[in-house]
Amino acid sequence: MTAEVTFPINKQQLESFSNDRHEPKWFTDFRLSSLEQAVNLEMPKPDKTNISKWNFTSFGINANTAAGTSFDSLSDSVKTLVGEEKDVQNLLAQKNGQTIYQAVNEDLTSKGVIFTDIATALNDHEELVKKFYMQDAVSANEHRLTALHAALVNGGTFIYVPKDVEIEAPLQAVYAHEGDFGLFNHVLIVAEANSKLTYVENYISEGSGSEAVANLVAEVYLDEGAKVSFGAVDNLAETVTTYTNRRGQVNGRDAQLYWSLGQMNDGNTVSENTTYLMGEGSYGDAKTVSIGRGQQSQNFTTNIVHYGKNSDGQILKHGVMKDRATSIFNGVTKIINGATKANGEQTERVLMLSDKARGDANPILLIDEDDVTAGHAASVGNIDPLQMFYLMSRGMNRTEAERLIIHGFLAPVVDALAIETVKNQVFHVIERKVY
Amino acid sequence: MTKPNLSVKDLHVSIEEKEILKGLNIEVNGGEIHAVMGPNGTGKSTLASALMGHPSFEIEKGEAYLDNNNLFDMEVDERAQAGLFLAMQYPSEISGVTNSDFIRSAMNAQREEGDEVSLMKFIRQMDEKMDMLEIDQSFQHRYLNEGFSGGEKKRNEILQLMMLQPRMAILDEIDSGLDIDALKVVAKGVNSLRSEDFGCLIITHYQRLLNYITPDYVHVMMQGRIVKSGGPELAQKLEEHGYDWIKEEIGIEDETVGKE
Ligand SMILES: Nc1ncnc2c1ncn2[C@@H]1O[C@H](COP(=O)(O)OP(=O)(O)OP(=O)(O)O)[C@@H](O)[C@H]1O
Ligand SMILES: [Mg+2]
Repeated sequence: MTAEVTFPINKQQLESFSNDRHEPKWFTDFRLSSLEQAVNLEMPKPDKTNISKWNFTSFGINANTAAGTSFDSLSDSVKTLVGEEKDVQNLLAQKNGQTIYQAVNEDLTSKGVIFTDIATALNDHEELVKKFYMQDAVSANEHRLTALHAALVNGGTFIYVPKDVEIEAPLQAVYAHEGDFGLFNHVLIVAEANSKLTYVENYISEGSGSEAVANLVAEVYLDEGAKVSFGAVDNLAETVTTYTNRRGQVNGRDAQLYWSLGQMNDGNTVSENTTYLMGEGSYGDAKTVSIGRGQQSQNFTTNIVHYGKNSDGQILKHGVMKDRATSIFNGVTKIINGATKANGEQTERVLMLSDKARGDANPILLIDEDDVTAGHAASVGNIDPLQMFYLMSRGMNRTEAERLIIHGFLAPVVDALAIETVKNQVFHVIERKVY
Repeated sequence: MTKPNLSVKDLHVSIEEKEILKGLNIEVNGGEIHAVMGPNGTGKSTLASALMGHPSFEIEKGEAYLDNNNLFDMEVDERAQAGLFLAMQYPSEISGVTNSDFIRSAMNAQREEGDEVSLMKFIRQMDEKMDMLEIDQSFQHRYLNEGFSGGEKKRNEILQLMMLQPRMAILDEIDSGLDIDALKVVAKGVNSLRSEDFGCLIITHYQRLLNYITPDYVHVMMQGRIVKSGGPELAQKLEEHGYDWIKEEIGIEDETVGKE
């Protein structure tokens, strides 16, 4: 029996919150029933990380953010991520869930592309949202954190790309977090048949840190032949406890989903990334780069689940651990009976920079079909002293030599990230975090 | 600037409690090329590694100075900054770091901040030296030594030597694994550095390298010390007669370390 839990918001407050946002009735009801469920559901149990003492339920509920409109009013940290105003094509910037800036290329709008915040979408595109929102990829009743998410969602984005529409320029979303606010961000992406899209999201912390919670869910739905590249750079502060759940439902035949995730939070983090390869010949590719520092504890689980025949899933995870950081890297390739000719491969590598850091790489293959190919590789190791000797013998100091080795270690993932902007951002975060 | 001077006195070095160098003396000045020869396992690489600061070796006794710098008081990178260079017998492979990024970082490491070598200048120098060493341009973008053949690694060591232009270089078996054409190319590279401002200690097993790089002095190592020194003619004699006559001369049976 779980101990009685309380949340910072009760049923009445939640209802009036929903009403203030003019949300459809079904959505309000969904919130309320999810809040009820959250009380009774268990916490998730990420493999090999004990999160029982982590704070996921105590946080502030006031965003304290005024809706901005002008580009100039964006903070410097947001501006660094999005470049100059003249170059901005498709951008949604939010702070504590409130949209503070939005730009969408007219060309996209005329083609029927939707790129807007989730609150607006609930009103303007209710039926579309209702069809997908927490239906297949993520369910409210999985555990307490998904239920809490469904109940309290207070920010996020909806993207819809119609059939045959191909978008070249990335759609970018920046989610800034400040104060003790509990951020419940929901990203819903629907890519219709043969559409093409690149989405990049940044999570950043602003201001001085207070204890806070981020409970983040992303759902991506791909129809036949759709191709989606989903990039993320998570960079929340030490004081934020984060639960991230990014899932892709690769439903259509030959659809392709590419994840490029820079998992760079400074606080305790549970990050789950799951790809369901439903369609025949569908492809899922998950690349993650992570850095642990300070005292933080993190759990990174990447799942690729094969249902479709001839589906192909690739997992590549590299992580660097310093200080007293602890990180668990789980890679799970699951092949369901009937997914003949499926191929699943995964690699997890962890580089330890300190003997007080902990890192664990667990490749797991769960295969219930004979006619498949699968493989895995994993390693956890320290910096090779002979490599250090070699570099230093050329005049580089210890820090510079380590820097080269770390970049080299992460390069196979960073260089292969499907999205150029994410590649650059990850590079800069690595520079900042490792030294 | 004064001529470089490397001076090693009564050097004792051990690894895992086993003494390998047992009182070695050598002095190399700018403008000089010394060859160190000797059978396998007699401590040649140990000498090179210990001078550069290899983490596995323990200095038990003795001293080594490059100019006025006490090498054994310095970190590996400080030794390099002071002008010491070691072309390694078995250079490490470093995945994910391109050869040109590596060499450029190394060059910049020797310079003050704000005085980094310009990209144009770097590219020009790389092109020039790679041409001279007949290294394909594609090696700029290959990961450092990863998947390089034995001979390619050696050439890459010489490329670094030429780019970094140290005051004092130790070349550990830079000729092993090289075909005859590559040997000439590498020798050309080393000879191009010859000047009063450059001293060089070449560890080799073969006279054939010394046909192209004529040494001023030749030393023979056995049992962890230099047992005989002479001019280039000593290398000739070793080529013809092997090492037995030296062993007889000094009265030892087994030349390797630890057998006395
Ligand atoms: N890391 C090590 N651990 C244990 N013994 C070592 C190590 N490195 C060197 N030695 C020993 O030290 C002795 C001298 O080795 P060294 O490499 O200096 O010889 P060398 O003269 O360079 O031989 P070669 O001509 O074969 O290159 C050898 O007996 C070798 O086995
Ligand atoms: Mg040797």
